[in-house]
Amino acid sequence: MENNQRIELPQHLLDEVQRVISLFPEGKQKSALLRVLHIAQAHFGWLSVDVMDYVARLLHIQPIEVYEVATFYSMYDTQQVGKVKLEVCRTGPCMIEGAENIVNYIEKKLGIKDGETTADGIFTLKTVECLGACGYAPMLQAGEKFHEHLTEEKVDALIEAYRSNPVANYMGENQNG
Amino acid sequence: MARKLLLNNVHIEGIHNYDVYRKNGGYAAVEKALKTMSPEDVVEEVKKSGLRGRGGAGFPTGMKWSFLAKPEGVPRHLLCNADESEPGTFKDRYLMEKIPHLLIEGMILSSFALGANQSYIYIRGEYMFVLRIVEKAIAEAYANGWLGKNILGTGYDLDLSIMPGAGAYICGEETALIESLEGKRGNPRMKPPFPAIQGLWQRPTVVNNVETITAVVPIVNEGGDEYAKIGIGRSTGTKLISASGNVNKPGVYEIELGLSVEEFIYSDQYLGGMKNGKRLKACVPGGSSVPILPHYLVCKTANGEDRLMSYESLADGGFQTGSMLGSGGFIVFDEDQCIVRNTWNFARFYHHESCGQCSPCREGTGWMEKVLHRLEEGHGTIADIDLLWDIQRKIEGNTICPLGDAAAWPVAAAIRHFREEFEWHVNQPKESQIRNYGLVADKSFQTENA
Amino acid sequence: MSEQIQKFTITIDGKSIQVDPGTTILNAARMIGGEVVPPAMCYYSSLKGSGGKCRTCLVEVSKGSEKDPRPMPKLVASCSTSVMDGMEVKNKSSEKVIDARKGVVEFLLINHPLDCPVCDQAGECHLQDLAFEHGVGQSRYEFERRTFDKVDLGEYIKLHMTRCILCYRCVYTANQLTDNREHGILKRGDAAEISTFIEKNLSNDFIGNVIDVCPVGALTDKTFRFRSRVWYTKPMDASCSCDKCNGNAVLWMIGDEIARVTARKDQYGEVKEFICNDCRFNKKEKSQWNIEGPRKISRHSVISANHYEREIPKHTVLLNKA
Repeated sequence: MENNQRIELPQHLLDEVQRVISLFPEGKQKSALLRVLHIAQAHFGWLSVDVMDYVARLLHIQPIEVYEVATFYSMYDTQQVGKVKLEVCRTGPCMIEGAENIVNYIEKKLGIKDGETTADGIFTLKTVECLGACGYAPMLQAGEKFHEHLTEEKVDALIEAYRSNPVANYMGENQNG
Repeated sequence: MARKLLLNNVHIEGIHNYDVYRKNGGYAAVEKALKTMSPEDVVEEVKKSGLRGRGGAGFPTGMKWSFLAKPEGVPRHLLCNADESEPGTFKDRYLMEKIPHLLIEGMILSSFALGANQSYIYIRGEYMFVLRIVEKAIAEAYANGWLGKNILGTGYDLDLSIMPGAGAYICGEETALIESLEGKRGNPRMKPPFPAIQGLWQRPTVVNNVETITAVVPIVNEGGDEYAKIGIGRSTGTKLISASGNVNKPGVYEIELGLSVEEFIYSDQYLGGMKNGKRLKACVPGGSSVPILPHYLVCKTANGEDRLMSYESLADGGFQTGSMLGSGGFIVFDEDQCIVRNTWNFARFYHHESCGQCSPCREGTGWMEKVLHRLEEGHGTIADIDLLWDIQRKIEGNTICPLGDAAAWPVAAAIRHFREEFEWHVNQPKESQIRNYGLVADKSFQTENA
Repeated sequence: MSEQIQKFTITIDGKSIQVDPGTTILNAARMIGGEVVPPAMCYYSSLKGSGGKCRTCLVEVSKGSEKDPRPMPKLVASCSTSVMDGMEVKNKSSEKVIDARKGVVEFLLINHPLDCPVCDQAGECHLQDLAFEHGVGQSRYEFERRTFDKVDLGEYIKLHMTRCILCYRCVYTANQLTDNREHGILKRGDAAEISTFIEKNLSNDFIGNVIDVCPVGALTDKTFRFRSRVWYTKPMDASCSCDKCNGNAVLWMIGDEIARVTARKDQYGEVKEFICNDCRFNKKEKSQWNIEGPRKISRHSVISANHYEREIPKHTVLLNKA
């Protein structure tokens, strides 16, 4: 169990949360929920109950309202995941361009199955549905980045790159600009 | 030479930056509209243009705008649907990534026309990198006086921001999008009331697709009549097509509506023909939810007329022999592709994306996926094919939102046109695991290859 | 304003009635009563926002209104579609409706455990009634059914999620009867479930009402679980003075013992006056209640079995003995 004391966003992210809230009319701060959950997930790595309760307090809403949303949308992780999520699209157009081979290749290379995390805690492999890159298939998403026209060589290269610098899940902090 | 209205400047270096965009005629439409036109004038031009919703349904935009309730003292909102998630569709991403200011300009024009002072772009969460591009462009637009208070000294105020989803196809449905933007689960609402009466925070709301909103820019610049001259019949203007599958040049293309499907697939200006010299087997012309067409109905209609890239021509023959333009997600399958496998794949998608609110969709999509998987794996029976038909029939039209239809149509069309391939999976279970069925056994095809 | 409100005329399966504008087709049908009333598994008249989800109440609108007589292209949810003047609706007289409803029943049952023999709700279960009246005898579903572990939602309420049909009534109940909702719908699609997420005890004074609004045996009363089949109990109208609720309830008696307390439900199974947890779970002594008399139970209900109002013909008795 994580210590409640430690669940707090740093000031610059709290400022960002306030900025997002200010984009909505007064009293409509719940509208900021999806974006604030993205910020929280990027910072804490995943959405533990403590993190979700913290978000509920930030937005003055009930915790259940956060749980309902966090479990509805597929991008949120309510279980711990690796530092870099490799999300391989497997829907129609990607499938006919060989998405399954890419998944098999990554499974073999990292020694994990779909949904699992490597023992060093760096990579989680996940198959996902259409990410809107059908013309550039096959593809995977790591953090905010789309890697398209995948080949085994490209997969090798990107896994090497993330292994030495596993920051792909961090959104909004390290990737601005 | 085909005209381009949205992507005409896309090749210009740095066009995503404000300065470059402005230098190339950007924001001229905003100047024109805010200084010389009334909101009603803008609506009128959009009506004259014949512009139809580019997200999939093809509803006339001007008419949609005219439904917006305008009660005294109640703010109203324009929401841009950038939740592009229909498999096969990636055009809005391309637009926003390459020319974000075009969307912002369209948002200003459309918000002005609707009398909205606070507008939002709702973008799918997976496009976070696109969100950052658009957000930067929004900041530039504020800095240069195109957003905020008293734009161009005209007294018109507009605040614009962009918000992410978090992985839910259903949020492309407009009431689910509204729910999501209110910070809730993406459960579609019961209609009526329609968003035009009670939308975001129960206020009158219009939701338009990215491409629809950007199309307002050339409509204001050149006039609705000029826009309506492009295209064919009630399919006016240009349309972005996202092409994928077994073609030489997949990607995003802006076409004039009315282009022949044959030219689109085979000419070098567009898709450059089938990859590796393979033959065309089938095509899903408008995103995964629209009916799949077998090769003999792709370039020609059942009457033998040329099939055109237009709302009407792609729908010619109804669901018996036609399909839909939909979102313009054009997926091409060659002779090596397995229709059963692809149908199962799409069924899995809809099962994954069902919100679970209403019973036919919640239970039916998963059931279809399971039966299709069994067929694909060679464990199905002929009765399974009829069962599938019956399940899709009981989902279609009986759900709260169109996701049920979207899940049912691809299954129905695949059985309608490729039943023999399904039966082959049942009758040749071992063989079906080793090789694919090949081309559909169309009579005309059989004779020419006899 | 003394202006008389104009009434709308609606005809359902050939029977007409005049209703106030804004009335839904379902409620108009209930005013007519009898066979024209579509079944409803998620709509609950006292819960704002409920309805539209289960699709059992779909009807065919064969004439939109006097002004615009075109039929509606799709079947509509009668619980959330307002009546128009001159509207004509087909319920049981529509083949399309019968067919669609069969489909909905089958959909609702494919992941239902069909554990009626051990389910406390049996005998007063709306899904049982629905399947009996509108379903077909056999399911074509051959895959593994979705299951969940049983969960205690505190001292008094058992959640058996496997039986849930996701009508959302209990969520609306918590929203509208309690200050801070603690349970909700998690996940999505056919993985969606009712949960607190953190195995929290539901403790609000009125939360016990989720048991009464539940159309199936997903939420049951732990003080009554497995004590008796409901048709072996005798329902009695009773009241008590209570400072939290109005104290109007039904006592389900086994002999002299109060086995269970519920709120009073109308002929559509709906509670109009919700009761508090105290009355429901803690007042199990006859002395705490003023018993008004036997509760009238519809003859079609299995609960009325063994509660005869008329003399029983002799051959029936013989058959029962055999």
